[in-house]
Amino acid sequence: MSKINSYRRNFLSGLAGTAAAVTVAPGIFLREVQAKPADEPISDKVRWGMLIDVNKLTDGGDACIAACKKEHGWGDEEHSNDLQDAQWIRKVKVTEKMTGKTVSLPVMCQHCETAPCVDVCPTGASMKRADGIVQVNKHICIGCRYCMMACPYKARSFVHETLVDQRPGTPRGKGTVESCNMCVNRVDEGKNPACVDAAPQAMLFGDLNDENSQISKVLKQYGGTQIRADLGLNTGVRYWGI
Amino acid sequence: MATNTVFSEIKNSGLGFWAVLGFFGLMTLVGAGAFYYMHHHGHHVTGMNNQIVWGMPHVFAIFLIVAASGAANVATVGTVFGKKIYQPLGRLSAFLAAALLVGGLIVLLLDLGSIGHVIEMAYGYINFKSIFAWNIILYSGFIAILAVYLWTMMDRSKVAKKFYKPTGTINMFWRFMLTMGTGSIFGFLVARQYYDAAILAPLFIVASYVYGTAIYTLVLMATFKMTGRELGDAVLNRLRYTLAIFIALVLFLELVRHLTNIYATEHHGVESFILNGGPFSNLFWYGQIVFGSLVPMFLVWCTFLRNNRTALVVAAILAIMGGFAQIYVILIGGQSYPLVLFPNSETSSTFSDGVYNAYSATLPEYLLGIGGVGLALCVLIIGMKIFRLLPTTLADASVDPHHSS
Ligand code: SF4
Ligand code: SF4
Repeated sequence: MSKINSYRRNFLSGLAGTAAAVTVAPGIFLREVQAKPADEPISDKVRWGMLIDVNKLTDGGDACIAACKKEHGWGDEEHSNDLQDAQWIRKVKVTEKMTGKTVSLPVMCQHCETAPCVDVCPTGASMKRADGIVQVNKHICIGCRYCMMACPYKARSFVHETLVDQRPGTPRGKGTVESCNMCVNRVDEGKNPACVDAAPQAMLFGDLNDENSQISKVLKQYGGTQIRADLGLNTGVRYWGI
Repeated sequence: MATNTVFSEIKNSGLGFWAVLGFFGLMTLVGAGAFYYMHHHGHHVTGMNNQIVWGMPHVFAIFLIVAASGAANVATVGTVFGKKIYQPLGRLSAFLAAALLVGGLIVLLLDLGSIGHVIEMAYGYINFKSIFAWNIILYSGFIAILAVYLWTMMDRSKVAKKFYKPTGTINMFWRFMLTMGTGSIFGFLVARQYYDAAILAPLFIVASYVYGTAIYTLVLMATFKMTGRELGDAVLNRLRYTLAIFIALVLFLELVRHLTNIYATEHHGVESFILNGGPFSNLFWYGQIVFGSLVPMFLVWCTFLRNNRTALVVAAILAIMGGFAQIYVILIGGQSYPLVLFPNSETSSTFSDGVYNAYSATLPEYLLGIGGVGLALCVLIIGMKIFRLLPTTLADASVDPHHSS
């Protein structure tokens, strides 16, 4: 118990510094890697990852979800019903059956290293970038939805109708599949993903391959839980407090 | 004897012929209309959603593709196992297989969200890690092999004869791979509990014989009746018993599959969902098991009904419906059961976590699937009109001089 508490304290103080830095200069402190110039290929030296401390997300992730929605413009499809609307990130309430302990956490694409959605995709539309970000190239996606069948986290949505009024940084299209792309548009400009900026007290974004990055340091010290770790997908999104 | 069998195309194409062709043509057109409607509006006009991502069109498509593989089996038995009585049946068998495959593939294709991108795919990258990509190769290869196979059966030249048996053998192995490949689509879905079983691949192979034999039997009986050809009991009895034996085998594999699942504790939930009181239980027990398997087996093996053609027709129709129910339960039932993200916990969210997903297909989905069936039958009928697929007679004396009933 005391050990856990000391972990907590450490993380608290670690993040307190971060949060302060973020408020002073958003998007700078958390990022050790500079923006990628547009003509430069994506580096495979980097693996982007994310750490979410569920205990610090007092709203269970509502703010992150709102920020994601605003950034990418999903979820208000006009003709689709609730089950057909896209949801890139959702708040899942988990109650452990035996203890009754309840937590709420945001779940989105976990950016698996060995991504089932990439393996099954016939066209290569579902792809993992060299920097570990998994996304769909909507220009070659044929809309077969095999990736949706294969994703263990139900992270993907299908666009069930013609879209209007799209966000410039997020091309979407009727009849294609989409999911959290870790805000590639922002990351390539050297910014944080929108959700991370919406909950800086609880989320860390950074390079998992760089042992000096803050995310690597805290993960090295305290670890980070994967959802369904038994599947061995080595996810890029890790959690504390689940 | 088989080698002396005379084949002919459908000759007297009177009103009846055009009426039948017109009927299936209309089905195809309606299917095309449904495609246009779905494509124009997007999939929000279907019952499919982000939880049930493969729906009724896929049930039709998978059924037709699996049935195609089984329909070619009649030819295989004649060629590879040298059973003479089956040899006159080979041409129709191979052609029917190709027709069913075309019907199934079209449905699969027309359900895609962005069909336009398929054309680009032909020039672009194909991911060979994907079993889907392999299936595309297996399906197109199957059609090519069937074409060669038909040639070896229909050309009287020596060269063609020489290739008859090898092609038949290749065709058989190809069919194995194709049906297993179709079954393996599910095998790659690691997190979906209902599909987490190696036995699905052999199950699909055995089931393909049931669907294929049933369809073949109905097609043979209908065309022989309509074209006034004689069809003896010798051939029908072979088909009848093939059907029943493979139904029994499917039942056996289903038993093994469900018992193994029940044995694994983590699959208790999904098993009781499917078998015991969930929305798919009636379809499973009554649709697939009782009416789709036990009743047809009874109709075939009951001694009172020996040589009874009506009983055979009913058995074949029931077996087809049972097979359809089987695919539906596997495909939709498997998706309906929620993914487990957090074992030993209850989950809820705005994205259907922790709940059973309901699905009801909308009209365009049915029509698209039915259009695929219509297309398959149009192709078949036109094929029978152009090519000499049908023996002029399958009377007992002509197929098996030693036959005595
Ligand atoms: S979470 Fe799903 S969509 Fe994301 S990389 Fe893993 S399998 Fe693919
Ligand atoms: S829906 Fe698109 S991204 Fe997903 S497997 Fe099919 S082609 Fe690939």
